[in-house]
Amino acid sequence: MNDMSIAGRGKLPSAEEAALVKKFLNDTTLFLGPDPEIMQNHDLMPRTADEDEAIAKVADSHIIAKIRDRIQAGCDEGYEMVEQMGAAPGAKWGDVITGVYSASGDLAIASAGGVLIFSALVHHPIKFIIKNWINDPTVGVREGDGFIHNDSRYGNVHNTDQSMILPIFHKGRLVCWVASTVHEGENGAIEPGGMPSMAESPSDEGLKMSPFKVVENYQIKRDILTFLQNSVREPKLQYEDMKVKLFACLRIKQRIEETLNTDGPEALVSTLRLTMENVRAEVKRRISEWPDMTVRTYIIQDSTLRENCVVKINCKLTKTGDRLIFDFRGSAPEFTNRATNTIVAGLKGMLAQVFLCYVWPDLPRGQAAFAPIEVITDPHSIVNCSYDAPNSQSLMSIFTGFTAGQHAVAKFLYSCPEKFTKVHAPTFNMINTFVWGGVSQHGETLGNLCADLNGMGAGATVDRDGEHALAPIFATMADIGEQELNEEEVPFLQLVSKKMTRDAIAPGKYRGGQGYTMMVATKDSEQWGFMTVCQGAKIPPLQGLFGGYACGCYPLSKVKGVDVYDVLLNTPEKFKHSIEEIMNEQPFEGASYTTHHMGMGFEISKRGELFMISQGAGAGYGDLLERDPRGVIKDIEEGLISPAVAARTYKVAFDPETLAIDEKATEEARAAERKARIARSRPYSEFVKDWSKPTPPTHLQYFGAWGDDVETLYMGSPEKTRDAEVPRPNYMPHPKDVRIAELEARLAAVGAMGGEKQ
Amino acid sequence: MKVAMTEYLRIDLKSEKWECRVCDHEIAPARGNYKEGLLVHDRDPREIHPPIIDPDKYRFTFSPDPEWVRILEYCCPSCGTQVETEYAVPGHPPLYDMEVDLEALKAQWAARGEAAAPYAGPAVVRDEGHGH
Ligand SMILES: [Zn+2]
Repeated sequence: MNDMSIAGRGKLPSAEEAALVKKFLNDTTLFLGPDPEIMQNHDLMPRTADEDEAIAKVADSHIIAKIRDRIQAGCDEGYEMVEQMGAAPGAKWGDVITGVYSASGDLAIASAGGVLIFSALVHHPIKFIIKNWINDPTVGVREGDGFIHNDSRYGNVHNTDQSMILPIFHKGRLVCWVASTVHEGENGAIEPGGMPSMAESPSDEGLKMSPFKVVENYQIKRDILTFLQNSVREPKLQYEDMKVKLFACLRIKQRIEETLNTDGPEALVSTLRLTMENVRAEVKRRISEWPDMTVRTYIIQDSTLRENCVVKINCKLTKTGDRLIFDFRGSAPEFTNRATNTIVAGLKGMLAQVFLCYVWPDLPRGQAAFAPIEVITDPHSIVNCSYDAPNSQSLMSIFTGFTAGQHAVAKFLYSCPEKFTKVHAPTFNMINTFVWGGVSQHGETLGNLCADLNGMGAGATVDRDGEHALAPIFATMADIGEQELNEEEVPFLQLVSKKMTRDAIAPGKYRGGQGYTMMVATKDSEQWGFMTVCQGAKIPPLQGLFGGYACGCYPLSKVKGVDVYDVLLNTPEKFKHSIEEIMNEQPFEGASYTTHHMGMGFEISKRGELFMISQGAGAGYGDLLERDPRGVIKDIEEGLISPAVAARTYKVAFDPETLAIDEKATEEARAAERKARIARSRPYSEFVKDWSKPTPPTHLQYFGAWGDDVETLYMGSPEKTRDAEVPRPNYMPHPKDVRIAELEARLAAVGAMGGEKQ
Repeated sequence: MKVAMTEYLRIDLKSEKWECRVCDHEIAPARGNYKEGLLVHDRDPREIHPPIIDPDKYRFTFSPDPEWVRILEYCCPSCGTQVETEYAVPGHPPLYDMEVDLEALKAQWAARGEAAAPYAGPAVVRDEGHGH
């Protein structure tokens, strides 16, 4: 119940009555679920009396800058500790953040490295603790306490991330919070590794820790720890990383205490508050420099990870004065039993990365940079899902949402004279890697993933090609880890790794950075398997920029009925080092060669069977006919593109033997192609008469709004829709049931059901 | 005054038109959708993103599925420069992707003064090193 619904009737309750009603409801709440008041708000909390008082005493910008640098250094120190000591692969490659939060729970200062998406997301659980536990006599918040959290419905991205949260007191008064967050991986879900794509309800998603106390007197409580260990596949990891996060928080606490001792609590409180307020004000100023405009784009997801279908992420970005509004209405409705939904906070966290990583990387890391930016969605949408919807693969929707944002923002930045980075085509956005799990060669039960997901190809910029396999969109300063070290602990090898996938291109005047091939095969375990959790095997998950193209598609290839380790031992000449050669030449007799979309549920693998994927390319920028022919030849020399594809796509003429460019013939070929373009294209008004259709095509399962009408959301067919404002269940049938029905229909058609009783 | 809005498009604030930055062709009214003054081609995505593995053998080939997605290529009717691309679900109406508030743009640039060539953004430059 909210205040409005009380006020709706004839007689208004007095303030006293309203307070009484509120107290009654608070006292009789049976379950403290995720709180919409907290979860839907990403702005800074109002300034408190304590903060006012502190700012009145200390507001000198030099003192503030000095203390901010000290706290920042402390956060970076905590970050280093987690990265060096953490057991989770995620910790080792920097899928980590540490930060200092205001007494009201806003993230004021965060570590410079790591996963900045967390910077917009860990404030929610802290606000939950503040709202519910501080004054609860059965819980309380005291010096020496530590709280743990992972349930994304209470904050953060997905349940594989765990946070440790400590309140910091000075002379008995709560002055701030510190927290450390790591992508831990394993969490006891229906599939190993913490990000199950098979989850059909939140109950399949493993550990669901609402924020609770797990540390007292700076000691982890053993009884609760044991319960958590008992709930996951990697009990040692659970313990080790809880300790690591706790000690990282304690180090930051030590740095805060040093500041408290030298400069006093007011200086600290003032620094935290003013840092956020100044960043927020600066963001509004920077936005006001953009042109007033509305930009529209959409990104198409081509699967739920269980089946291929067409899922729209719709984005309208409007800038007026110093306001910037992301309108995601018209995006697909929430899937009731598919894991690709996200809570809206996750989407906002990822959008914050557009700015912190790609537009204004000079701003202090924290919650304030995104605080003044507005976000609108439909209720129970794939980008603002309900409590009852699974969201363990929220990455699919937050990454495509990010790309919509990145694509739209670029169109505002081009004309804006004030730039802090170069205008940038979308970076690749899918985690093309292997999630793995099982029992290792050392008898350990493990569940996690290859850090290669961090090798996303970068988008091209206004004056430069995109970098290959550069960094993930959620952490521009992360690492892909040392595969050789990893292989000491896991029973599989990456037989091919870091070799660029030829012809998987994103052309343009400046081309996107490309991705590399990964081939894995299990070696030393009979209980080991893989999964892949990406979209984009049928439809590219990007858009190109200013005439540039997006990336192509990236499927999963499998070779079964072979032991490549035997092949390598006995007939090594048969082994090939590219997906192209292995799949086209089929060099292993008797083996089966198949292709699949990138949503492979956890699958046990046999020794020596090949699973092969490729990282993706970032998008291209500008008209490809303007690409410097020397750049094209360099790409051939570097194995990024084959000579035939290069000549056909870029219209470059060169000697096939020497690769010497024929400048004149190139010039002519390009002039001819420009003429050919004009000849084969049609005027817009004529074109849309044939092209544009009033409803989605019947041959596709389409989800989301169609065209300009964002009031109606399609739910899989032109006949099935929902009012955007009115939630409706959206169930998908089991893909195996769909396949069985197809096959049974075929059997029935040829009369081969054998008179089976129904 | 003319303001460069994208790699290939600018707005002439006086004539209130979108123009091609390559050949100066006047494309469309700046209060409307620039695409209306361009030519469009419905491109089979396999021509741009070629199959890497044999399409006769495999369901997935590294090419986008032409039944699922098309590439709308927009070019200048005068010089043939490819101004924009749009990966579209077949039949999905093209987007009005840049709806400019022209009055606000005029006011913004009147305050700024003459439009300079668009600034590419900060470059990475070699540090001078410490002198002490
Ligand atoms: Zn032109």
